[in-house]
Amino acid sequence: MSLLEIRQLKKSFGDLQVIKNISLKVEQGEVIAIIGPSGSGKSTLLRCATMLESIDAGDILYLGESAFKADKDGMPHKVTGAELKKIRSYFGLVFQDFNLFPHFSVMKNVTDALIHTQNKSKEEAYDIGRRLLTKMGLSEKENAYPFQLSGGQQQRVSIARALALNPKVLFFDEPTSALDPELTSEVLKVIKSLAKEHMTMVIVTHEMNFAKEVANHVIFMDEGVIAEEGTPEEVFGNPKSDRTKAFIKGYQ
Amino acid sequence: MDLLTLLSNLSDGMIVSIQIFALTLVLSLPLGLIVALGRMSKNPILRNLVKVYISFMRGTPLMLQLMVVYFGPYYMFGLIMPRGYRFYAVIIGFALNYAAYFAEIYRGGIESMPVGQYEAAKILGYSKVQTFFRIIMPQVIRRIIPSITNEVITLVKDTSLAYVISVTEMFTVARAVASAQANMMPYVAAGVFYYVFNFVVATVMEKIENKLSYYR
Repeated sequence: MSLLEIRQLKKSFGDLQVIKNISLKVEQGEVIAIIGPSGSGKSTLLRCATMLESIDAGDILYLGESAFKADKDGMPHKVTGAELKKIRSYFGLVFQDFNLFPHFSVMKNVTDALIHTQNKSKEEAYDIGRRLLTKMGLSEKENAYPFQLSGGQQQRVSIARALALNPKVLFFDEPTSALDPELTSEVLKVIKSLAKEHMTMVIVTHEMNFAKEVANHVIFMDEGVIAEEGTPEEVFGNPKSDRTKAFIKGYQ
Repeated sequence: MDLLTLLSNLSDGMIVSIQIFALTLVLSLPLGLIVALGRMSKNPILRNLVKVYISFMRGTPLMLQLMVVYFGPYYMFGLIMPRGYRFYAVIIGFALNYAAYFAEIYRGGIESMPVGQYEAAKILGYSKVQTFFRIIMPQVIRRIIPSITNEVITLVKDTSLAYVISVTEMFTVARAVASAQANMMPYVAAGVFYYVFNFVVATVMEKIENKLSYYR
């Protein structure tokens, strides 16, 4: 059974159909990179998969459990209550602009949800927090506040915050787009190390070399559909569609 | 009349002024938050009712509102209120009025919060109530403290309005003494009282503001 399966997803904002008909599967341990021009629906796809957006049609399943239920008119609605909580526990999301909680210290950012949504003891949560911050190279910063950190450090805190809840799949929504090149590399390094540990990840990115290096599967999106997908070698080395060729050429 | 006698005459009034001030704050700060939530409700009936309430409270003089609260029960319903009602009428009038102002300040603060904070909380599994009290409100309070300070300072001076329904707060006493003695001193003393009171208020609020500015 796939960790995540998206079936015939459709999503519009008013008259604008942002996602036309997308199906995809994410298997345990896979790293999927989603590339494509701005406005192609990449971020919206992630926002639907993480239930930040409603969907117009289709289905999203985590480990075979549907995150949406169709009503009698066939319109999909988010599951509620305990089911929703369970589905949400399967994934984490790293935002483009971090969305750390500015009034919490680094440690509190990482551990607060553990304590208050997963009822872990403070000691247990802090152990997890320390381990993750060390892994992110931020063990010195546990008492700092987000404003005292560089963008790259903030993004690494937000990765630690997402990992703390032990998600089965981690989504990244352009995790380096708000960072300068130097800071970008330190964040990409962290994501690469997670890939080595076979963390399941779905990464929307504009970093083509990174996508090529880290992903086992690359999806090229254009105008709300998957225009091409395959291994990095296939998509980057030997793209089939002209649209993919033109897009990738623009990055070289 | 020497200064000491004057001050002892005024002191009972001062206590009443301070009571009005403190009770109004204690009641209107939480009430304002509830009003703000009503004002932002998805239910259009509730939202518009609250909007009308805020509009009346801000659009008519507090002095008039105090009179309505005090005389209203009798004029409108023939109710004879107990003797102590005068003071309660002041507190009710002030709390209802200030809640409307505080509600708009809360609303401004809450609506200024970036949507990303809500989304991050949602992804991390916080409930709506947890998100509001753990993530949103602490940041809102920090943002609105300067506006709250403004209102609190105005409240100190507004306590003098209680005289319109003959609650003997400090200013009522000062007026009485001044006209009985044909003397300016009670007014000077009243001015000093309000100034010192507000100086303390401003200092305390600044302390709170500094305490909350540990982050950006």
